[in-house]
Amino acid sequence: MIDLSLLPDGGMSWLEASGPGSHMVVSTRVRLARNLQRHRFTTRNEPAERDAILGEVERAASETRGLGRAVRFRVDRLDTLDRQLLLERHLISRELAATDPSLRVRAGSGLLVQDQASVMVNEEDHLRLQALRSGFALDAAWDLVAALDSELGQRLGFAFHPEFGYLTSCPTNVGTGLRASVLVHLPGLVLTKEINKILQALSQVGLTFRGLYGEGSEVVGNLFQLSNQTTLGKSEQELLDQLSKLVRQVMEHEERSRQILLRDATAILEDKVWRAYGLLRYARTLSFEETMNLLSGVRLGVGLGLIPNVALYTLNKLLVFTQSAHLAAAQGRALADDEVPIRRAAYVRRILEEEVGRSPPNPGAPTT
Amino acid sequence: MKCSNCGEREGVVSLTQIIEGDVRTVSLCAKCAEEKGIETGVGVAETPLGGFLAALQESADPDAPLTAALEARCDGCGATLRDFRESGRVGCAECYHSFDAPLRELLRRLHGSTHHTGQRYTGVAALPVLAPPATLRELRDQLRRAIEAEQFELAAELRDRLRESE
Repeated sequence: MIDLSLLPDGGMSWLEASGPGSHMVVSTRVRLARNLQRHRFTTRNEPAERDAILGEVERAASETRGLGRAVRFRVDRLDTLDRQLLLERHLISRELAATDPSLRVRAGSGLLVQDQASVMVNEEDHLRLQALRSGFALDAAWDLVAALDSELGQRLGFAFHPEFGYLTSCPTNVGTGLRASVLVHLPGLVLTKEINKILQALSQVGLTFRGLYGEGSEVVGNLFQLSNQTTLGKSEQELLDQLSKLVRQVMEHEERSRQILLRDATAILEDKVWRAYGLLRYARTLSFEETMNLLSGVRLGVGLGLIPNVALYTLNKLLVFTQSAHLAAAQGRALADDEVPIRRAAYVRRILEEEVGRSPPNPGAPTT
Repeated sequence: MKCSNCGEREGVVSLTQIIEGDVRTVSLCAKCAEEKGIETGVGVAETPLGGFLAALQESADPDAPLTAALEARCDGCGATLRDFRESGRVGCAECYHSFDAPLRELLRRLHGSTHHTGQRYTGVAALPVLAPPATLRELRDQLRRAIEAEQFELAAELRDRLRESE
C-alpha cells in the first residue's frame, strides 16, 4: 500500500477549513488541460508513446520550482486500492483511477504532487495541471496553476492554435483549457426547496454543477461542485470572475435560506442537526451516503452556531477518511463489503469522541 | 452503476433530481437518457457534429460527400471524422487543422465562440529571441499545411490573417 504521508502535507491542506468562506465552501479547484504538440492525444496513442510523454513531463517538471520536489506516482503500477485512495483524496480523476472492475488502468498514467499543486499525466489530455485550495480561493488556486503552466510551457511544447487557443482531446475543453470549480455546501437551499431554481439559473449563464468527484459523480451530502461550462471565448480571468461572482450570489442565497430556516423553523432545524450529530456519535454501522448526509446536517449546525465546538476541519477530514479505501488503509488491509459500514461508524465515533475530549459540546444548552 | 431505468446497461449519465427537497441522483444508460431527452456528455460532442454531417448529406449528392467527409484522414494521426464521431475525442493537435470546418462549427456551438481570448502560449523558452513571434510562425505553418491538404478556403483565410499580422 502506498504511503500518502510521504506527501508534504499528506496532500490534505485543502481540508484545513482555513480559507475564506470555509463555513460554506469546502474547497476550490482550478485545472488546466494541456497537450504536447508532438504527440498524438490519449485516445490515439500507444503505451510506448505514453511512456515517452510521462518521461518528458517528469524531466521538465524536475526543473521547475512548482514541481521540482514533487512526489511521483506511476498510477498504472498501483493496485486498485491505492488508486482508489488517490481518487478519494481528489488527487486523480475517476478516469485515471479506473477502479471500476470493467476498466483497465491506462498504461503510462502518472501523477506528480507538490504541496497544493499536482499534475495528472496521460489522462484524457497529456497533462492536467491542478491546484486545490481550502475554502473559496479561486485567485490563489489560479495563481498556483498558472505558475505551473508557465514553467512547464517553457520546457514542453504545448499544442496551441492561434485562433482556438490550447488544443484538447475533447473539444469541450479547447481554448483556455480551464475548469475552475468550487465545492459548496448548500443544505439551506435544499431544505427550502430553492436549489432547483438556483441550479437552473446557473445553467443558463454557463455554469454547471457536479457531485463530489466531478463529472458524472453524484451529489451527496448537499455538496455541489459549481464550475464553468465553457472554456473558449472568454479569458481565464473573465471565466474566474464570472464563477466567483455567481458563487458569491449562490452563497448569499444559501445564507438567506439558512436565516429563514433559523427564524421560522428553529425547533425543527435544531432537532435535525442534533439528530444528525447523535447518529454519527453513536451509530454502529454507517453507509457512505448516510454519513455524508449526516455530516451535512452537523456542518449546517456548526455553520449556524447551533452545535458548538465541532471544528469544520474535523468534518472535512471525515468527508475523506470515511471513504472505503481510507478505511481500508487505516486497517492496513482490504475490507470485506459488510465490514466497511462497521469500520466507518467506529471511525466516526472515535473522531467525534476525541473532539468532545478537547472541548465538550453541550447538547442541553438552549440556543434560543 | 447500472442504469436505474432499465437496470440492464451501465449508467453513463448521472441525473440529479430534487423531489420534495430531497436531492436524489440516478444513473441512466445512454439509451434511457436519450429517451428521456437528456443529453449525455458524449452526446454534447456528437450532436453538433451530427448536425454538421446531416447538413453535408443534404447537399447535392446525398451519399458521396458524407462518406468522403467521414473517411478523410488527419495527416497527423490518421484519425477520421468517423473516429471522432464515435469517441467524441480528437486524435491529435493536427486534427484541428485537418478537420477545421466541422471542428470550428462544433466549437462555435459548444462555446458560442471560436476565438481564444485568454493567455497566448509563447512556446518553449529555449528558442532564440530572434525567432518570429509564435503566432506568425504558426500561421505560416498552418498555411503551408492547408495548401498541402488542398484546403483552399482555410488557406485563403490564413493568408489574409498573415497579411494583417505582418
